[in-house]
Order: sequence, then C-alpha cells, then structure tokens
Amino acid sequence: MANQFLKQVVNKNYEYGFVTAIESDALPPGLSEDIVREISRRKNEPEFMLNWRLKAYRHWLTMTPPEWAHLHYSEIDYQSIIYYSAPKSKTDGPKSLDEVDPKLLETYKKLGIPLHEQGKLAGVAVDAVFDSVSVATTFKAKLAEVGVIFCSFSEAVQKYPDLVEKYLGTVVPYRDNFFATLNSAVFSDGSFVYIPKGVRCPMELSTYFRINAANTGQFERTLIIAEEGSYVSYLEGCTAPMRDENQLHAAVVELIALDNAQIKYSTVQNWYPGDEEGRGGIFNFVTKRGACRGAHSKISWTQIETGSAITWKYPSVILQGDHSIGEFYSVALTNNYQQADTGTKMIHIGKNTSSTIISKGISAGFGQNSYRGLVRVAPTAVNARNYTQCDSLLLSSTCGAHTFPYIEVKNSTAQVEHEASTSKIGEDQLFYCRQRGLSAEDAVSMIVNGFCKQVFRELPMEFAVEAQKLLEVSLEGSVG
Amino acid sequence: MLSIENLHASIQDDQKTKAILRGINLIVKPGEVHAIMGPNGSGKSTLANVLAGRDGYDITEGNVHFEGVDLLAITPEERAALGLFLAFQYPVEIPGVNNMYFLKAALNGLRKHRHLEPLDAMDFLKTIRSKIKEVGLDETFLNRAVNEGFSGGEKKRNEILQMLMLEPKLAILDETDSGLDIDALQMVAKGVNSLRNAERSIILVTHYQRLLDYIVPDVVHVMANGQIIKSGDKSLALELEAKGYGWIEGSSS
Repeated sequence: MANQFLKQVVNKNYEYGFVTAIESDALPPGLSEDIVREISRRKNEPEFMLNWRLKAYRHWLTMTPPEWAHLHYSEIDYQSIIYYSAPKSKTDGPKSLDEVDPKLLETYKKLGIPLHEQGKLAGVAVDAVFDSVSVATTFKAKLAEVGVIFCSFSEAVQKYPDLVEKYLGTVVPYRDNFFATLNSAVFSDGSFVYIPKGVRCPMELSTYFRINAANTGQFERTLIIAEEGSYVSYLEGCTAPMRDENQLHAAVVELIALDNAQIKYSTVQNWYPGDEEGRGGIFNFVTKRGACRGAHSKISWTQIETGSAITWKYPSVILQGDHSIGEFYSVALTNNYQQADTGTKMIHIGKNTSSTIISKGISAGFGQNSYRGLVRVAPTAVNARNYTQCDSLLLSSTCGAHTFPYIEVKNSTAQVEHEASTSKIGEDQLFYCRQRGLSAEDAVSMIVNGFCKQVFRELPMEFAVEAQKLLEVSLEGSVG
Repeated sequence: MLSIENLHASIQDDQKTKAILRGINLIVKPGEVHAIMGPNGSGKSTLANVLAGRDGYDITEGNVHFEGVDLLAITPEERAALGLFLAFQYPVEIPGVNNMYFLKAALNGLRKHRHLEPLDAMDFLKTIRSKIKEVGLDETFLNRAVNEGFSGGEKKRNEILQMLMLEPKLAILDETDSGLDIDALQMVAKGVNSLRNAERSIILVTHYQRLLDYIVPDVVHVMANGQIIKSGDKSLALELEAKGYGWIEGSSS
C-alpha cells in the first residue's frame, strides 16, 4: 500500500518535453575533418581555434569510449549525430534582445526562463543556448559597467581571442577523455565569463541550455575565469524535448580561480530522462573541472541532477594554490530506468588545501545511482584535509545505489574522512507524517527534501525553491 | 465517538498468518478517558496502530466507526483530518526536516482537509512557544530536525507538543509513559489533562498503573490474547497493580 503511494508520488510528467517549431540551419549528420572545419568556418574562428579543434579531432580518432562507469547503454553511433544546428533566424546573431526570434522568447518563457531584464529573476543574468548556439544574453550592459564579461563562447572568440587562447584547454586539455576530446573538436557554443581583479559580480550569472532539434548532439563549452580577489556565482539549467531516440550531450566546463578568488558553480540538470520504459532520454557525458590556481582560492560545485537517461559527470577541483578550498555538493536522482554515475575528484597539490564532498543519491523505480569519487593527496600537499559524506536513499526495492570511493594519499600529514550511509525510505517515517495529516505526496517530498537539505542550502536562493519543486516533479510516481 | 465491533486483525509472519486482534469490542464516548492495559504481546499497540491506519495488518473481520465514518476505509491522513491522533510508542526521526516546519505543515494539512485557511505565521509561533513551555522542552527543539538526536523523554514530550498543537478529537497514547522519569511523566500527564474536555476522548495504552495516578481514567480495560477480557473503573487498575496480570488471565480461562 505504501509502495503504491510512493509510486503515484514519484511519477509525474516531464513538463519541458515540447518541441519548438523553428527552422534550423544544420550540417549533415556525421563527423569528419570537413565537419570540424565547417563548424569553425561558420563561426568565423581565428586560426588557433581551428587548429585546436583539428588536433582534438585527430586525437579523438585514436580513442575509445570509457567503459569503467557503472552504466549500461547501447553503443552510440557518432556518424548519425548532427554536430551543428542553429535556429535559422539567427544567421547574423541578434544585436539586442528585441531582435531575438519571438518563438525563441516564447520557448524560454514556457521554460520559466525570462529573457527580458525584469520580472521574477531580475537579479539574474541569463545566457540562453538553443541547440548549438547562444540566442541571447541578458544584462550584458549592466555587467560591463563593472568590467564583468558575460557572453556566448562564440562572441568571446571574436572579441576576446587572447583570453580564450590563454585559458582554453588549460584545465581540461583536449586530450583529456573521449567525450571532452569530442567536445573540443566540435563544440559550437556555450558561455564565457571573465571577472576582473577584485570585482564581486553584482548578480547571479546563468546559462540555460535547451536541446530542440532532433538527432542533434549538444556540445557546449563554458569557460569561467575569476581574477585575483574576485567572486562569481554561476548557475546552469538544462531541458530537452521528449523523444524516443537518445540524444547526446557532451559538454566541457573549465573554471579558473586565481589568488583569493571564489567561483560558485551550480547546476540544475533536468534533461529529458526518457519515458517510464526507459525509451529515449539524453545521454549526458560531461567533463567539469575547476582549477584553484591561486592561494586561498575556492571553487564550489553544487549539482542537482534529476534528468537524463544517463548521467556521467565528475565535477572536480584541482587544488594547486596553498590554502585553496574545493567543495562538491550533489543531489542525484534516478527514477524509472535512469542511470547516474556521478561524483567528483579532489586533487590536493598545494599546502593546507581542504575539500568537502557531500553526495546525496536518491534512487526510485529501476534507477541505478552510483557515487564515484577520488580524493588524491599529492606528496606536496602538506596538511591536506578532506571530508566526504555519501548518503543514498532508496525508494523502491528494484532500484540500486552504489558507492565507489577512491582515496590516494601520498602525504602523511593528510586527514581524510569518509562516511557513507544507505537507507530505505522508512515506512515508519511515511506513516508518521501521514498520521499527522500530511498527504503521502507531501510526506515523501518532505522526507526527500530533508535528506537533501545539506545540498539545497548551497544553492543560490533564487534556485533553491525551483530545485525542490523539480525534485518533487521528478519523483512523482517513482517507487514500487 | 468511537465504536469498535468484533475487530480481528492479523499479520503475515514468515509466510504464516498470525492473529493479533481476536474480536475487540469497545465504545468510547465523547469526553471519556479509557485506559487499555495488558501484558506484552496482548495486542494493545496493534489496536492503536490499526486505528491509526498503519500498513501491514490484515483486517479479517469487524468494523470501526469514528464520528460515524467507516474508519477502516480511509487513509491515515484522512483519519488524522477527522481528528484522530496517535502519540507513537517510538516517535520517528526525520533528518533534515525542521520540527517547527513539520508541525506547521501538519497543522495546515489538517486545516486544509477541514477547509480552513492556513494559520497565520505569527499566531502559530505564539501558540507553539506557549505550548512548548507546557511540555518542558526548550525552544531550540523547534529548530532541530524532527526527533533527530532527541532522548527518549524528549521524543515523548515532542509527541505531546504535537498533540497540544493539533488538538485532536480522539488522542491515542501508545505507551507514552514508558521510559519516562517521574518529572517527565507528570509533565505528560499535565499536557493530557489540559486537553480533557466534554468533546474530546482519550485512549491511554499502558503497561503500568503509574500513569493513571496522574490521568484518572473513566474506564479501564484489560487486554490479553487480542481480546478485552475485563473492563471496570479506575479501581481495576489498582487491583491489577497489586495482583499482576496473571490474576486476570487466570480468571478468564
């Protein structure tokens, strides 16, 4: 009986599954050197970019997909994917928000992402990426007043090629891994952020990724540079239409924090997860890494992963600067036949570096949820500290939770702590809540939210409520 | 208020059916306090749980009406909305859920069922601050997670706090006195007594006569082997205390 209630509670429909009818300008499917050159040509890129893409492409040809993750999926046919698709109206790029195709504005409005500079999220600047290109970025002028650059990656390549050339690939090199290398060859757009020395970014920055076109992969690249003593909080959100075929999303995010700089990066990932039978959904293979280059710098990752058929991502921090701090807060939810293999890497190199990992995995239906994390303390990392806590909550008897922690310590002054727990949502807890008058739905969402609280409180305020709601939606009907 | 007729309930244990309640008959009128006593395993707690709608019991026979409603046909939250409250023998911990938030959600959930507006936040705060004093808990407990890390006594006081806030029509206290020291026991009794009125009924499930020194019942029932084998006034409890359960079990067979 309780299980039936859980089942009803956990399955609600995916609200963002609609398709926008908009003409697009796409390259033919398949990957070749010509396609790479064509992407670069369309984006009118300087030579260093084309060369970098080609090096990546040639290296990619020598690689094979990783197989170590606890994930099962049919092989991806990389020749059937369209690597570039842009809404047609955007050939020259809108000069201002007024020029953005109303259909696109409507799409983002439907998704709850305002592309006008007032209203509910007036304190948040948004870069909207639709399929392969950025269609609008808000609040650019206001940000420019304090010297903050927030624009699409394509624009950055045109306007700030020196910054791009200096930092691109310095955290995630083009040879890094199969998916990152693929991204390096074909990435089409993304966001670029530069916070000058001593500036505290006056508003939240946000990128909203939307896959619309069919058979299209989304390969975006985000680069955030925080100069000495600066601060930025950045959030990304993602959705896609409901389709029976799987679609590939292989993104790369690089963060660079110099002395005393802080970057807070939050993700609310809600790609289409596939249907109840496990048909369709996004394959999400993402490489996210931050480098704490400077002393006393700090990088904090917070992720709420509720979507995608497959999630493969390990937002990591390289703690190079002395006294630098890395944090990873994660809620990953897998329902129906979703699979997630996610976690982090904390690489301690500098002295007195510290890292915190809080991972909350929730599995329902037939979902499989794995935490995979590496804590590495290099011989140079005197007095490194790490605290790791991994908790799993099971909402059904058919789902799975797995933990794969790797700890490598090469300095005897290090202190590394690891705590893990797995619990099944208590029938006792449910009954207790219901006896007090809460509906089964409210009870489950309250218990799950309580479980995730440590992570939710790390989210920017504007999004904490959204994340809670998202979790409720993703959970509806999940447990059996 | 409450009428139980020939109630039979069993559980599945190791694929075997085990009967726990074997024909309970009980009528509780508005304003009455009933004590249900009996040895371990007699079915007292099962009765409390079946009334509140806990999963895992098969009701094989009989029926229960509460305020004219077929109680066994409705969900636990619907029973709560009708005004049935169970103070748990083992109150449950809910990590990460703020105690005050929980209570507010519960209260407003009940109010919604009753088509009432949610309680004003300031009124709620004022009420809860005065009630928490009554049960002898510090205000810091309001901002902790529900029952998490509370001592046994603190959990029981928290149950009484919830009861005082939710103001049920029928409160069932399942061994609320067990594990309490004398100060806590008196505090719990004071809380329960403050709720006593002509419309409200209370069922006390207990092992010991001790609680009944402080909450004087109108009727005392003795359960054994899933049945009420003897009922009487408060003197029955004293007699039980003096003679032990063996006396009554012996006399019934």
